[in-house]
Amino acid sequence: MWFVSSILIDGFVYGMVLFIIAVGLSVTMGLMRVVNLAHGGFALIGGATAHWLAFRHGVDYWAAAALSILLTMMIAAAAEISLYRRIYAMEELQQVLATIGIAFIITATVNFLFGSTILAIPLPQSLQDPVDLGFRILPAHRLLVILVGLGVLGLLHLLVDRTRFGVSLRAAVDNRQAAAGIGIDTGRIFAITFVTGSGLAALGGILGAEMMPIEASYPLRYIVLVLIVTIVGGMGSVNGTFLAALGLGIIDTAARYMLSEYGTIIFYAAMMVIVLLRREGAGERAAA
Amino acid sequence: MPELTILLAGVVLFLLMPYSLGFVTRVIIFAILVLSLDLVLGYAGIATLGQAALYGTGAYAAGLFAVHLSGNPLAGLVVGAFAGAGMAALSGSLLMRLSGLKLLVMTIAVAQICQEVANKMRGVTGGSDGLSNILVDPLPGGFQFDFVGQTGYWYAFAVMMAIVLLMRVLTKSPLGLSARGIHQSEARMNAIGAPVYRRRLVIYTIGGAIAGIAGALSAQITGLVSIDALGFIISAEAVLMLVLGGQGRIYGAIIGAAAFLSIQHYASGIDPFNWLFFVGAMVLLVVMVLPSGLIGLLTLAKGKFQP
Repeated sequence: MWFVSSILIDGFVYGMVLFIIAVGLSVTMGLMRVVNLAHGGFALIGGATAHWLAFRHGVDYWAAAALSILLTMMIAAAAEISLYRRIYAMEELQQVLATIGIAFIITATVNFLFGSTILAIPLPQSLQDPVDLGFRILPAHRLLVILVGLGVLGLLHLLVDRTRFGVSLRAAVDNRQAAAGIGIDTGRIFAITFVTGSGLAALGGILGAEMMPIEASYPLRYIVLVLIVTIVGGMGSVNGTFLAALGLGIIDTAARYMLSEYGTIIFYAAMMVIVLLRREGAGERAAA
Repeated sequence: MPELTILLAGVVLFLLMPYSLGFVTRVIIFAILVLSLDLVLGYAGIATLGQAALYGTGAYAAGLFAVHLSGNPLAGLVVGAFAGAGMAALSGSLLMRLSGLKLLVMTIAVAQICQEVANKMRGVTGGSDGLSNILVDPLPGGFQFDFVGQTGYWYAFAVMMAIVLLMRVLTKSPLGLSARGIHQSEARMNAIGAPVYRRRLVIYTIGGAIAGIAGALSAQITGLVSIDALGFIISAEAVLMLVLGGQGRIYGAIIGAAAFLSIQHYASGIDPFNWLFFVGAMVLLVVMVLPSGLIGLLTLAKGKFQP
């Protein structure tokens, strides 16, 4: 029983991190039909900046996280204006290549600045202390990941379901041309979505650094995992991404705990079966 | 005759770069891999980022064949080709039902599974240490694989020429033409009754055989197979080379492999740690400025100078 619950909890926490990182990619993929293989790069920018602030300059964890996310969003905005606007118009393969190029550049830059070692983001004591939930004792950090993941889910729902922006976003995901035709500024929606998604990637990168260590090779190492979450969840779907991230997080954790030898193989095989069985994503067309 | 140009280039490179034959041989092996990708992606429009699955399977098959069964190099090539084709047919029977982003992601996933399986089957493949001590018999005629790599060079070169000729025939054949048709409009090919799924599977399998040959060559000439042969980086680099050279053109694949590896070779010589930056910048530049690749530039220049 204890074993099962620890698989569930670890898988749940891991899934939350996957969700926070993947949701931005999922929405931009659904919205712009762009496979952004550099998405993990923005998680790396966030994580590396947080490492630089917190580890090398002793900045407080929370302030370092906030500043890093802000910086990542600024870089993402600059990249959106200078590069991604041109990438949207390309063919699929060209998009893939261009974004791999961007991922390479981010990896090389982080490697140049910080080297290729693991960039630790030290947790404050308050996050290392165990918290008693009554039925289980968890490190505070894991609890924080779960709460932030649920918070992100809730806020995204409010944003997508309740705001004027959300209405435009859903319209643009459903039919970009028609949305543009009735006067929705799709270019602006792309930009905001892209920058928000990149900021979330940075948040996920920082929070998940315990499970997915920040290092220069981060973008290509985890992009497959993140892409799988978005494909299984259905591109452009917040709920789909959430369920897929949790499900895959738990499957991956269970496979690794129980059959450590073949864990990764089982994980990929399960994912292929899911994708092949479900030809159309659960929430392929709706943004919410 | 473009084939003659390649032959001439082969002789000139052999005479000019006697001490870099290892590097030129690497270019040739990659050119064969990129040719296989050109068939699959450039001609048939099957978007894949998992060509390493086919290349690595061929490399491991040929390596294991040489270690356990026979050192005959030509038999090893055949084994590599069949292994690559087998992997392509097996994975393709699922993959060719998909298209677009899903296909792209699933091809990556197949390669990752292959890499993970090779990693776990330590006893057979050597796991992350790789498969080493691959010894190959002399080629027919008594040519030993020498230290300088002369035999390896001409061996790889001859195989590449054979594949270039094969590709020429193949791309002009009804199968090659229908692959082009599927690339341009799948719906119309369906409408005129072409068995799209089957054609794609056949093309993917032939591409697998060629990629398997490239892997087998690499295993025989370098004497080792690393787990990276199945890695994502190889798949991505092969696509980059193809796009750099120009897709849907046989010579584009060769030019792309040569240009990419030369830049990588010299950039990593100048700055071993940050060449990835140059590669990334180069890719962006090519995609943004030169969408039809280097060979497109050549055709453009030709059109200007020959009215």
